[in-house]
Amino acid sequence: MKKLLAGAALAVMTLTGGAVLAEESYPERPLMLMVSYGAGGATDFQARIVTMTSGNEDALGMPIAILNKPGAGGRVGWNWLADQADADGYTLGAYNVPHFIAQSIKGGVSYGVDSFEPIANWGADPAVLVVGADSEFNTLQDVVDFATANPGKLTTSGAGLFVGHHIAALQMEKAGDFKMAYIPTKGGGAAAMKAVIAGEVLAGINNLSDAFRAREAGNVKILAVADLERNEFLPDVPTMKEAGLDVDNASVNFRGIMVPKGTPQPIIDKLAATVPTMFENGRVQGKMKAGGSPMHIMTREEVLAMWQKRQETLSELLAGL
Amino acid sequence: MEFIFYFGDVFTPINFGLLLIGTIGGLILGATPGLSPTMAVALLIPFTFQLEATQGLILLGAAYTSTVAGGAVSAILLKIPGAPANIATTLDGHTMAQNGQGTKALQLSFLSSAIGGIFGVMLLIFLTPVLAKWALAFGPSHLFWLAILGVTVIGTLDSKSVVKGLLSGCIGLWLATIGFDDIMGAQRFIFHDALGGGINIIAALIGLFAIPQVISMFAKGRQDEGAEVLEVQKHSILDAFRELLRFPRAMGIGMATGSIIGLIPGVGGQIAGLVAYDQTKKFSPDTEKFGKGHPEGVIAAEAANNAMVGPSLVPLLTLSIPGSPTAAVLLGGLLIHGIFPGSDLFDNHPDVAWTFINSMLIGQVLMCLFGLYVAGLAARVAQVPQSLMAAVVLGLAVFGSYSVQSSMGDVYVMAALGIMMYFLERFGFSAAPLVLGLILGPIAESNFIQGSMIANATDGMVPYFLTGGLNIFLIVVVVVSVAYSGWMELRSRRFVSKEELMV
Repeated sequence: MKKLLAGAALAVMTLTGGAVLAEESYPERPLMLMVSYGAGGATDFQARIVTMTSGNEDALGMPIAILNKPGAGGRVGWNWLADQADADGYTLGAYNVPHFIAQSIKGGVSYGVDSFEPIANWGADPAVLVVGADSEFNTLQDVVDFATANPGKLTTSGAGLFVGHHIAALQMEKAGDFKMAYIPTKGGGAAAMKAVIAGEVLAGINNLSDAFRAREAGNVKILAVADLERNEFLPDVPTMKEAGLDVDNASVNFRGIMVPKGTPQPIIDKLAATVPTMFENGRVQGKMKAGGSPMHIMTREEVLAMWQKRQETLSELLAGL
Repeated sequence: MEFIFYFGDVFTPINFGLLLIGTIGGLILGATPGLSPTMAVALLIPFTFQLEATQGLILLGAAYTSTVAGGAVSAILLKIPGAPANIATTLDGHTMAQNGQGTKALQLSFLSSAIGGIFGVMLLIFLTPVLAKWALAFGPSHLFWLAILGVTVIGTLDSKSVVKGLLSGCIGLWLATIGFDDIMGAQRFIFHDALGGGINIIAALIGLFAIPQVISMFAKGRQDEGAEVLEVQKHSILDAFRELLRFPRAMGIGMATGSIIGLIPGVGGQIAGLVAYDQTKKFSPDTEKFGKGHPEGVIAAEAANNAMVGPSLVPLLTLSIPGSPTAAVLLGGLLIHGIFPGSDLFDNHPDVAWTFINSMLIGQVLMCLFGLYVAGLAARVAQVPQSLMAAVVLGLAVFGSYSVQSSMGDVYVMAALGIMMYFLERFGFSAAPLVLGLILGPIAESNFIQGSMIANATDGMVPYFLTGGLNIFLIVVVVVSVAYSGWMELRSRRFVSKEELMV
């Protein structure tokens, strides 16, 4: 009996010792990053680039595999991460702010800012206002004047409801006290951009990276950036505030990595310390710049503050809808 | 003729090696149920991180063209369309395989794929600036009417009766509404977590086509009459070529429909094969042979879905707008090397652009050669005993639907739809119109909502949807198509034979 007890005690000790060890030696096997958009989309594309050096010794030492769970504007993937994913540190998720916060405020999903723990932010893609290359609008003021004179007639395409583009449109309407006709397209930013180039709509709100490419191709004019500062890709384009509309950066599409709530704190700490340096890798930066994807690295503390701020701004903005 | 200068680049050892890998790998991936061209290309993207821009694109281009063609293999042999593009191929292709003509069906499918594919890439090479304007001409109202045109095809597609065809189409349209709607975010018919993202089209395809077959195979059990060994007829490649030349109409309609539909952003290759199949059937003197293993059906469907590949890249390469999910993945492959599609691509990186396009051209030929080589061997699949076959197909169906987005939910959806389809088939309904409804529903709906939002902010609904040359043209085609279906139904009722009444 004594032997048995001793054996059990030993077993318990090894087990608990093992658990401590598991957190110290984390990660012991490859990790998985859930992306709630389809393969080939901007989020998926960037997630693949920023995680490509994860197997290096100075990063996590284990590769990160991308798992796509697309559907319903990201809701399917984030629902899965909140409800079904294992909080063992081996399941990570990519977040898009303001998308998932706006969706949680609108309701019908099983997540909110409190369902996840942010790790680090890798990118920030501001929304910009674009018009066709042959449009009569040349400045943000022209657009505002038209919308004020013709309430509800300014057709403006964007990638959907409760995404950054929609938030930017709502902020513009509030700041300039006018009404426009926001047209959400199915098929994301690409379809919204096509509507602008083909002249189906008078203006569009789109991602800075996509708009930058469309301008290089000679298809659109970019009138303003919905951010606090001018962007390095577009130094000649004014911010909304400079151009006369009091719009802040609430619509900027922040992308980063998070884990489900319940992931052990030591693992969160380890990830929060390692992941930002992984993003700073020279190869990652080079590939991101080549693809026209603006990087914006933020630590866990900064992201936590940013999430809270978005939650407040968006609750207020979406209250009337 | 600039592209000819860059032909040499395709044949450097590394480039050609990658082309071979892309083509053979693409055929295998394409033949695996559940791995659509979009997924195959997305899986390859990380490998291109290490390659030069040209090399990466050669790999992706070759994989894209050959996965589209590879999908025909499982469509013909197993009646599982690997991607929506291959649905129409199952209709006659699988019947041919069941009659022991699997070799012939595969040979015809690869030959018409290659010819259609080369035609499509040629369009991309010579007519890109003209075609780019065309691609932009289709706004929400036109896409809406185009989807309605597709709906009218439903009635005459692979059904004994127009009414039953339309009913299965309606079931498909209803299934398409399940999930969060993409524009408003409203929740519709979500009774289970697995349905939040809607019915995944690939999972639905596998369920609707493969499961009824598996059930009927199991139902036969070990009875002796089910186990007769099928003679797989040998068929020479030369004969296949001659056969192809006998049906220039099917080939022509397939190529024309495929390239026009492939060009339109947002509709893509999903319906090219089905529309081409339906048109060929309507114009053919042998209408009644379709669905019973008629070579014209295979030729039209495969010519169309490969002819779509070239034109589907036009909006991407000229305007930098990806017109299809696969094009969006290719865009990623370009961006990673700092190349922006559009004028930048052709002006500053002509070597990349033209080598990529040339590799698709040569990829078509390689794909055809390999396809013809394996056709004779692959057709023996039909000889596998049914009890064994049922288990294999069931395994592939579960694997295929799971792998789409690594979700068990898709497997449940696949199984539920499959069992439903088994019973529907016993009452004379057919899977193809149902799937067409499932594909077209969201296109029609989202374009109608978008169009009506634009219309309400501008001229109003009537002028937006009912005026303008392209709208009126499409409406006329819709009316003609409906009238034709009605006339066919009346005619067939008049000539119902006693034999058919017994059924």
